[in-house]
Amino acid sequence: MIAEAGHYALVLALALALIQSIVPLIGARLHDAALMNVARSTALAQLLFVGASFIALVTLHVNSDFSVANVYENSHSMKPLIYKITGVWGNHEGSMLLWVSILALFGGLVAAFGNNLPLSLRAHVLAVQAWIASAFYLFILMTSNPFLRIVNPPIEGRDLNPVLQDIGLAVHPPMLYLGYVGFSISFSFAIAALMEGRIDAAWARWVRPWTLVAWIFLTLGIAMGSYWAYYELGWGGWWFWDPVENASLMPWLAGTALLHSALVMEKRNALKVWTILLSILTFSLSLLGTFLVRSGVITSVHAFATDPTRGVFILLILCLFIGGGLSLFAGRATSLKQGGLFAPISREGALVLNNLLLSVACAVVLFGTLYPLAMEALDLKISVGAPFYNLTFAPLFALLLLAVPFGPMMAWKRGDLLGVTQRLLAAGVAGLVAVAIVWGWASGGSTLAPLAIGLGIFVIAGAVTDIVERTGLVRLPFATVLHRARGLPRSAWGTAFAHAGLGVALIGIVCETTWNSEYIATMKQNDVAHVAGYDLKLDGLFQRQGPNFREMIAEFNVSRDGETISVMTPSKRSFTTRGSSTTEAALLTRGASQLYVSLGDATTEGSIAVRIYHKPLVLMIWWGPVLMAFGGMLSLSDRRLRVGAPKPARAKQRLQPAE
Amino acid sequence: MTLWFVFALMTVAAIFAVLWPLGRGAGAENQGSQNQGSEVAVYKDQLAEIERDLAAGLIAAPEAEAARVEISRRLLAAAGSEPAMAPKSSLKWRRVAAVLALVGLPLVAIGIYMPLGSPLLRDFPLAQRERGSGSGMAQSLENLVVQVEQHLEKNPTDGRGWNVLAPVLERLGRFDDAVRAYRNSLTYNGESAERRSDLGEAIAAAANGVVTAEAKGEFERAHALDAGDPKANYFLGLAAEQDGRKDDAANIWRALLAKAPADAPWRPLVQTSLARVGGDGVTMPALSDETIAASKDMNAGDRNAMVRGMVERLATRLKQNGDDVEGWLRLVRAYLVMGDRDKAMGASTDARQAVANDAARLRQLNEGLKTLGLDG
Repeated sequence: MIAEAGHYALVLALALALIQSIVPLIGARLHDAALMNVARSTALAQLLFVGASFIALVTLHVNSDFSVANVYENSHSMKPLIYKITGVWGNHEGSMLLWVSILALFGGLVAAFGNNLPLSLRAHVLAVQAWIASAFYLFILMTSNPFLRIVNPPIEGRDLNPVLQDIGLAVHPPMLYLGYVGFSISFSFAIAALMEGRIDAAWARWVRPWTLVAWIFLTLGIAMGSYWAYYELGWGGWWFWDPVENASLMPWLAGTALLHSALVMEKRNALKVWTILLSILTFSLSLLGTFLVRSGVITSVHAFATDPTRGVFILLILCLFIGGGLSLFAGRATSLKQGGLFAPISREGALVLNNLLLSVACAVVLFGTLYPLAMEALDLKISVGAPFYNLTFAPLFALLLLAVPFGPMMAWKRGDLLGVTQRLLAAGVAGLVAVAIVWGWASGGSTLAPLAIGLGIFVIAGAVTDIVERTGLVRLPFATVLHRARGLPRSAWGTAFAHAGLGVALIGIVCETTWNSEYIATMKQNDVAHVAGYDLKLDGLFQRQGPNFREMIAEFNVSRDGETISVMTPSKRSFTTRGSSTTEAALLTRGASQLYVSLGDATTEGSIAVRIYHKPLVLMIWWGPVLMAFGGMLSLSDRRLRVGAPKPARAKQRLQPAE
Repeated sequence: MTLWFVFALMTVAAIFAVLWPLGRGAGAENQGSQNQGSEVAVYKDQLAEIERDLAAGLIAAPEAEAARVEISRRLLAAAGSEPAMAPKSSLKWRRVAAVLALVGLPLVAIGIYMPLGSPLLRDFPLAQRERGSGSGMAQSLENLVVQVEQHLEKNPTDGRGWNVLAPVLERLGRFDDAVRAYRNSLTYNGESAERRSDLGEAIAAAANGVVTAEAKGEFERAHALDAGDPKANYFLGLAAEQDGRKDDAANIWRALLAKAPADAPWRPLVQTSLARVGGDGVTMPALSDETIAASKDMNAGDRNAMVRGMVERLATRLKQNGDDVEGWLRLVRAYLVMGDRDKAMGASTDARQAVANDAARLRQLNEGLKTLGLDG
């Protein structure tokens, strides 16, 4: 009964979504409040039913009900409980159900907390949400139904792909989907504004926090996915410029741009039309990501199953929403009221530069992702990899990072570039000193590496300078500074943390790629490997029986200068049900650096292929995004209204505006 | 029945979600939200925010003044252009929406659910099934096998379990798994002629009935353990026949029959085999009488399948033992008859390589190929 009730709940959600996509629009046209309010209750009911449906699927997985095809294909009775739960979205059908559940969640949140939105705007937004939801409910029910049954249920399931049997699956997809789907809110707001033909201040006030929520989750989701790939795939790589990774990076780049332009719009009432366009583009890129991953155009870990009808269906959804959104924009954008004016050198100007660079970077990634696919359609196999992005994406980002410290220090409306440069002098000097030190100390590696590290330091120091300036740390007595620091809006702290996170990640990336050392060999018992000053002695190989796998564990004794530090136990797991195996790398964290050991194939004489890497400062790659997300959360917790006080044209400048 | 009751409840809840706002008067509550959500309200909030920032010392007086002027200007513009949204109520459309919910929603739900769902199928949670497996629930052979396999996965040293599992797997046609099971049985139960020859049989079955060198090795070990083991003897004879040593095969089988008890169930099998290799001095037909009789009754498709099966077996055997020039020529001819010239060419190349070290055989092969029209 659980299976059928879950199935029926999903169907009811579709029926409600269809009503929600029509009735509120009629209400908005007629100015009928009751009809417009239908959007609200149906959105909440939709959330209830999709939630019930999702919980039903989870229950079926936990109970190992193999009469449900989805459970049979992706679960196993002996799987640990956590993987029974995470396995729900470790497959195509279940992950699409998670996708719509999150969509319904966001719709429900708008419905529940949208009291301060104009009624017709809320009705429009929820109607657009319902269009998206209807399309995806139909997609699930027609092509990827997780509730299809098997009449004669088999006694055992086929197990989940072993690579996915990891704690990463519990975190990465939900985070990523919260990010992807969160951008649907700004999309719906943009479409609603275009349909209504007006964007008012309430619009901007709403869009920024929603974009910020989506952006925080997307940032964490991408970072988590990268770390997962790093430790699970056994090659120690953390970014491969693989189309699926690009698919998540593109919405992030566009979303970051959107975040900044929404800020300008909320505070200064400027960049309205551009923000609308970015909202549409960001969600379009999220949909494109879903299409690339789910359609089977690309084969990767993420393509659980490939089925041409699914691809065609998603392509239709994609064309409908992107094409529809952009043509609506083209038709209606001119009728929108233009916003405030500003000088080219100003905070607004800096944010426009940020948007420009991010959009171009995003376009570069888009080109790099789609070009090989287009070529493949013409039977030409080419691959676009790291060299392409190093030549295009890296310089753009370097330019962007160079500009990052300037932005927050500019005044609104009209800024003073020379003044800002003077105040950033200390940060610049810190960066140059870092370059000099790294140059003198480091041996080997690219000559660009010290410059990049200097840039990273400059970004971090710039963020610190901004806070120092605002609190008056150098000029004022300490008590006043403390008082000012407490009074400083949390969004200012958020900006500083997020920008510093960029610098931290950059330093990590540069150090890891430039100075990592690796050791690959076949080792026998008591062999010793020397990597980056560490000695790793292979103590022996053991077999162990896990719940649904058998594993071979190698035990390494790690020492440095004769002193034992730790024991590392990488392993190789073989899963009989799927007949496949995974490598479980062992990681030893020393500060921000890591030792990484993963196993290859064992030979018959008791020796085993071993890959050992030393990755200096590798953890900073993920600390950076975590810091960014933390900054985002600080800014989100700041519930004040955002007002950007402009710098008066002639008045003498005494205090810098806090924001 | 409960299921339909639950469905009905859910449908009612969904309909209620649509009807509820329609039924409520759009009066006072709505008026409040109208005001709160308007643009004017936002600007007023912003003005208040500036006062607070100024008081907290976050912005200086001149900037606050500039911001105040800006926002006031926007406030005036907004107050002027606020569309007069007199809330109207159109009863006609509310009725349409209500009908849509009351009739359309259940129709859409049932219309989509019925072709997709299986309302008659109850849940089968694993725990409940394991409890109920003894009580009349028909267990298919596959499910039993899976259970035994699960048990052995946890206790891989249970020799008896492997002993039980192996023949079942072989009967199910999972020969490779059967080979593994027999190997485990040998490991945990110890050597015996019977197990060795069972393993050999499974290996041969996995190779489409060809007694491979590996299978032959197992039969030889079984023979060494017990010279009288009938299965080992039979298959050693078969191996000899497949290698083209018909006399040896006949000798082995004759000896086996001589020692066999009169009521041994495998006697007829060995006798027909013996007749096939001409052990009674009779020249053997290309196909046994039964096979020919059987093939007459077949339709063209089945006959083709049979011929293909035979050709494949021949090819596999030649791959393992390439000395048989006659065999190679038969294979090439078969491919030509089947119209597969590419495979015929491939086979002749393989044949040349196989006999390259033997001048006499190579000459014989080349002549044979010439008569077939495949000139080097």
